[in-house]
Amino acid sequence: MTALPLRPGHSGRPRPQRLREMSGRAGWGIVAWVVAIAFFLPVLWMVITAFKPESAAETWPPQFIFKPTLSEFRLVFSGMGPFLTHSVVATVGSTILVVLLSVPAAYALSVHPVKHWRDGLFFFISTKMLPIVAAIGPLYVIALHLHLLDSIWLLIILYTAMNLPLAIWMIRSFMLEVPRELLEAARLDGAGRIREITGVILPIISPGLVSTALICVIFAWNELFLALNLTVTNAATMPMYLISSVPQEGLYIAHLSAAATIASVPVILVGWIAQRSLVRGLSMGAIK
Amino acid sequence: MAVLETGAAPTPKVALRPRGVSRREGWQRRLPLLPALIYIVVVTQIPFLVTLWYSFQSYFFDVPAPAHFIGFSNYTTVFTNAAFRGSLVRSVVMTATSVILAMLLGIAFAVLLDRKFLGRGVVRTLIITPFLVMPAAAALVWAGPMLDPNFGLLNYLLEPFGVHHVAWLSTHALGSVIVVMIWQWTPFMTLIVLAGLQSQPSDTLEAAKVDGAGALATFRELTLPHLRPYIELGILLGSIYLVNAFDAVRLMTNGGPGTATTNLPFYLYQQVNFAFDVGGAAAAGVVTVILTIIVATFALRMFARVFQFEEASG
Repeated sequence: MTALPLRPGHSGRPRPQRLREMSGRAGWGIVAWVVAIAFFLPVLWMVITAFKPESAAETWPPQFIFKPTLSEFRLVFSGMGPFLTHSVVATVGSTILVVLLSVPAAYALSVHPVKHWRDGLFFFISTKMLPIVAAIGPLYVIALHLHLLDSIWLLIILYTAMNLPLAIWMIRSFMLEVPRELLEAARLDGAGRIREITGVILPIISPGLVSTALICVIFAWNELFLALNLTVTNAATMPMYLISSVPQEGLYIAHLSAAATIASVPVILVGWIAQRSLVRGLSMGAIK
Repeated sequence: MAVLETGAAPTPKVALRPRGVSRREGWQRRLPLLPALIYIVVVTQIPFLVTLWYSFQSYFFDVPAPAHFIGFSNYTTVFTNAAFRGSLVRSVVMTATSVILAMLLGIAFAVLLDRKFLGRGVVRTLIITPFLVMPAAAALVWAGPMLDPNFGLLNYLLEPFGVHHVAWLSTHALGSVIVVMIWQWTPFMTLIVLAGLQSQPSDTLEAAKVDGAGALATFRELTLPHLRPYIELGILLGSIYLVNAFDAVRLMTNGGPGTATTNLPFYLYQQVNFAFDVGGAAAAGVVTVILTIIVATFALRMFARVFQFEEASG
């Protein structure tokens, strides 16, 4: 595997080259920092603007030194109550439902697999590829007939379906890592399927279960399309509160930034905490 | 640490079941799968069947007349409709451009993050953050505080380079929306490619170094082939999400100016919410689904290859 188109070989490194290597390393570090800060800048600007009084937010040139105020945050807190509740209920409710449905399903696709487990797995993932936007009109009509329009239950039901395939794939990948000897030992002790799941598998995969749940929380919390189309007031979520914070006219930039900051912070924190398992979740368990 | 599921897991010596699965055993295996399966069939398949049904009906929300059968005329409208075709093309352009550019940036970032330097953890955290920002928040913050022609930060930063109060969202609408999509999805690509880089066996790299291979040659000949499945996976998953991109379009440009940023999701949203044309939107939806199925067939095949399924055993 080492047969490469080589440049004329040079072995043994003279001193200056090592020095160059070291400064090169520091150089790359600086490049990485600059890139990261530039990339992070919009988030930083959002947070900074959130602390401005409205009059300082829409100026030219933009102000970098100002007297920070919490007044916009206070305004947001006083207005977002119902939206926040709806978001929390839809997110937590759908995530619980996802976990309840996906653990047994993942079990049936890994530990004691059904005959066509491969087809099953691909069926689940294929539902992620169907564009839900294509069915939005009929979804509206169905919800209307079921009296689910503008209800938080509708969002819970749809967010569950949205996250279920991802959760099944991810949890399955954790279950495959449970040592088979443990399962066999439990079986010899006379454990049935239920005890095998609750007694052996769940304790081992619980960290994986938590990171799966966190990924589901991120996607459900951030969802806008379905909420915008299928809810009005009784189930409107945080992304919709953001939209309502942009008025037709008048100054709004500081207010919007405060609202955007508050809406984003929970998920940003969750993501930072779950950083290590983020890759695994986003790749549906393919990358460990 | 980071490995794709490679090769077949060793089949257990002691089989947990007799070779032929008995009927009772078969149902015991199937039972735990059924709730999720039934759930997903009911919630995701029925709306599409109803979509198929309505695509042959004339049905407007704002007209009191009940839905009635009109044959293929919704489809004729869809195929002769320039607005639908235009939004289809824009969807393809937006998805392809943003996925490819996000992947290129992601590879660059991953290569940077794969090196050792002071504060690498913090840099990594900063870089993944845009992915975590609520898309609606990202779209609105970009549209206002960042890109506003009169007080936006971008115009201020670009002023030394001779840029004066550009109204990005009216003059470069499509580009602006794509930039935000790239900004949000680059972290995703970075994480996946970084996992690939870190799974590369260090001895091959060492050997290449000993053989005197330059950094570029090593990257091209060794690293890129190793990264290939990771890149494919990133592009695939990124496309699945980005083809449905709606938030940035709706909140930054509202599909405009004119129809400059109207992609398929936004077009369908307009058909239902403003034209009240359930039948027409359904027909457009069915065509979208058929196109998606064609693409998804390839995607699924790629998926199977990327995942290189280990045998589930037991």
